[in-house]
Amino acid sequence: MGRAFATILARDLTLALRHRSELGNPLMFFIVVVTLFPLALGPEQDILTRVAPGIIWVAALLAATLSMDGMFRSDFEDGSLEQMLLSPHPPALLVVAKVLAHWLVTGLPLILISPLLALFLHLPLEALPVLLATLALGTPVLSMVGAIGVALTVGLRRGGLLLTLLVLPLYIPVLIFAAGAVDNAAAGLPVAGQLYFLAALLVLALTLAPLATAAALRISVA
Amino acid sequence: MFQWIHKYGSPRYFYGFSRRLTPWLGAITALLLAVGTYWGLVVAPADYQQGDSYRIIFIHVPAAWMSMFVYMVMAVSGIITLVWRMKVAEAMMRASAPLGASFTFLALVTGSLWGKPMWGTYWVWDARLTSELILLFLYLGFIALQSAIEDRRTAARAGAVLALVGVVNIPIIHYSVEWWSTLHQGPTVTKFDAPSISMGMLIPLLIMATGFTLYFFTVAFKRVRVEILESEAGSSWVRELADEKGN
Repeated sequence: MGRAFATILARDLTLALRHRSELGNPLMFFIVVVTLFPLALGPEQDILTRVAPGIIWVAALLAATLSMDGMFRSDFEDGSLEQMLLSPHPPALLVVAKVLAHWLVTGLPLILISPLLALFLHLPLEALPVLLATLALGTPVLSMVGAIGVALTVGLRRGGLLLTLLVLPLYIPVLIFAAGAVDNAAAGLPVAGQLYFLAALLVLALTLAPLATAAALRISVA
Repeated sequence: MFQWIHKYGSPRYFYGFSRRLTPWLGAITALLLAVGTYWGLVVAPADYQQGDSYRIIFIHVPAAWMSMFVYMVMAVSGIITLVWRMKVAEAMMRASAPLGASFTFLALVTGSLWGKPMWGTYWVWDARLTSELILLFLYLGFIALQSAIEDRRTAARAGAVLALVGVVNIPIIHYSVEWWSTLHQGPTVTKFDAPSISMGMLIPLLIMATGFTLYFFTVAFKRVRVEILESEAGSSWVRELADEKGN
């Protein structure tokens, strides 16, 4: 079972690295969206500091949703997804491997680039560790919950827009707690409560979302 | 018990059963709504603080209750769909979604109409309003998914997964929104939590709520029958039915 997990993880990571030109796209999208806000709101430092947590998190949400669409698509189209579901390994485990690979390729770079964006938006330096913590706890939840939506829409030809409709409402709790934590940190208030909630959401998503994703994949592939 | 489920769970029997039941349901619904509306709008006493404008709650509160009740109906039908593959449950789930969305929309509209004279604004990012709006999004997402998948049975099962994921999320969304807006806005106006509602207002409210519930079942059953006819169009009993109607 562990070997099947490792094999899928390694395979997906290799596939992602072979498509090097697409690898940076979600990250570029993230940066470009964040750049749009100062242009729309004006360059005043106070305003930007005030809205920075929200901007960064909404951009992360959109980048996650858009990059998610391809998570199962190529496997679905060439039939390897069907083979994975037919294999004796539990599909939920395979889902976790694929989601983990996807998060390593799209979520992790997002976390690494976020200090730069915080700097762009004049977020106080004290809030930076909290921003990193919320992203570290929150982006895996986005990937896990998004996987359910991707699995439901993978059989559809134009599933991308539908996917955003399905999963964005489900992302709202993550958005609220994460942006709230960064907000509090910027104001010098305690943030433990929100971080605990994010951790709880992560545990809940890790336990339930793979099962729902596996069920949805069975429906889409059948 | 199981025999009963098997009998009425089959599309054919459900069709006949609901066709006989619906006129009665519809009549009781009309009666309840008429009595409730008259009692609520004319007989019930005016509120000592809000005057007559509080009367919108006779529409607003039942609609808000129904918006959540219908989602639970969808989720339960979703479980039955996934576990027992009952066609009637699939049809019930699909039939409920637009009704639930309408109730949610009605609750939002009446709420904002009431909010204008009371709070001085049509919309605030209050916890209840926001979570109701997100509930509307969930309904619309479900409907969009249903119309995107062509095969009926696949669509129903995919919808069932989505409805169940939504059910897990609704309490999370509800509480996160509540904590979020209490954190940022200070205490918000809690409207109907006060148990001290006078009997003269409570009775018509309950009558209206019952009327709304029966209205939902009347219309949902009608929609289920249409769904059944569409999905069973090839079967012999539907053809016989069509022949009967034709003659």
